[in-house]
Amino acid sequence: MARITAGVASSHVPLLGVASDFGKDRDDYFGPIFAGYDWTRAWEEAEKPDVVILVYNDHASAFDMKIIPTFAIGCGERYKSADEGWGPRAVPDVEGHPDLAWHMAQSLVLDEFDMTIINEMDVDHGLTVPLSMMFGKPEAWPCKVVPLAVNVVTYPPPSGNRCWALGEAIRKAVESFPEDLNVQIWGTGGMSHQLQGPRAGLINKEWDNMFLDGLIGDSDHLRRIPHIEYLRETGSEGIEMVMWLVMRGALGKNTRMLHRHYHVPCSNTAIGHMVLRPDNGEGLDMTGRDVTAIAAE
Amino acid sequence: MITEDPKHQDIHEYLAEMEDIPGTRVFTAARARVGYHINQFAMSLMNAENRAKFKADERAYMDEWPLTEDQKQALLARDYNRCLDLGGNVYFLSKLFSTDGIPFAEAVSTMTDMKFPEYREMMMQGGRSPEGVRSIKANEAAAAAKKEDR
Repeated sequence: MARITAGVASSHVPLLGVASDFGKDRDDYFGPIFAGYDWTRAWEEAEKPDVVILVYNDHASAFDMKIIPTFAIGCGERYKSADEGWGPRAVPDVEGHPDLAWHMAQSLVLDEFDMTIINEMDVDHGLTVPLSMMFGKPEAWPCKVVPLAVNVVTYPPPSGNRCWALGEAIRKAVESFPEDLNVQIWGTGGMSHQLQGPRAGLINKEWDNMFLDGLIGDSDHLRRIPHIEYLRETGSEGIEMVMWLVMRGALGKNTRMLHRHYHVPCSNTAIGHMVLRPDNGEGLDMTGRDVTAIAAE
Repeated sequence: MITEDPKHQDIHEYLAEMEDIPGTRVFTAARARVGYHINQFAMSLMNAENRAKFKADERAYMDEWPLTEDQKQALLARDYNRCLDLGGNVYFLSKLFSTDGIPFAEAVSTMTDMKFPEYREMMMQGGRSPEGVRSIKANEAAAAAKKEDR
């Protein structure tokens, strides 16, 4: 049986991809950001997930205004890095897991989530930046990826409650997949940022940290935050945080935090990152790993 | 914290709230409709050949698209607030930022009342506070109350 063993939340600022690709990831500006992911990179090496369900939004790369799916799942064999106007990032192709993805798509539709199915697309920084943050610069990505794209560009995006419920349905879908797979789910985007208008540059550390706190434990109050509160408190692009709730919903009633990182700024954005375990008697290692021991191996 | 009950979400109230945030143009359906061709035009710049064509003659390239004269002028002037008013969305417009070879944050700073170095410094100092920029109505009410006090 496949099972979800961890949830990871992370910002996906495009500039982090540039920093990684051009070797600036340890300079004065980016160093403190990437340092907050060192623990996770070592932990991921030990965890060796088979598949990551990567919840992200496309930024006018694969989807233009012609078609705007609210929830779309990638069922393809592989995905190339999109040309976002600078030429494509020089990162490995992303290998899909069509068997699991199609199984999820069927299960989700039967569960009344009417998914859009994508067989061919390019993936942009929303998907490739989190891979770089968690895995560094390998020749090939160490796991397969099921892309799950959420519309957070054209209003209204799905409600936080709907995102959480989709996460719950994803958990059910994964657990009914017969193959033994170690599956992680990542929620990406956020945290507070506004990229447009005279109010651009808005950051709300207090609210962001309240949101991070809310992901831990057995509370589900985050699912009831209305869109307008994200917009007022965290900027127009802070709405991306609803995607973290898909991840949180997939971890069951209770979670334990293994790692947390918050930093301002990265370009226009507050960086937030968290690693969570589902904590509902799954018998997973809750200690977190000793990073120095892993590094010494 | 405000909580949401989706069963009682009134669409008109929802859309009215979207217009109540100072200095912000939420990408609602109304804006998406007006800006369809601006955004599709910007999208076309993801292709290297199109970028070269656009750079060679911006006006001629835009004339191939069903854009309004206002939209073309706003794009030529790189007046991004005006582009937002005319239905542009920042993720689409960002294809123009990269065609111009300017950092995303620099393009964003042109929409504020700051120059880029000043904007960058604000970000280094923790960004713009939400204090006083949460609600147009709340700001108007506060201003009216202050006036009465005098």
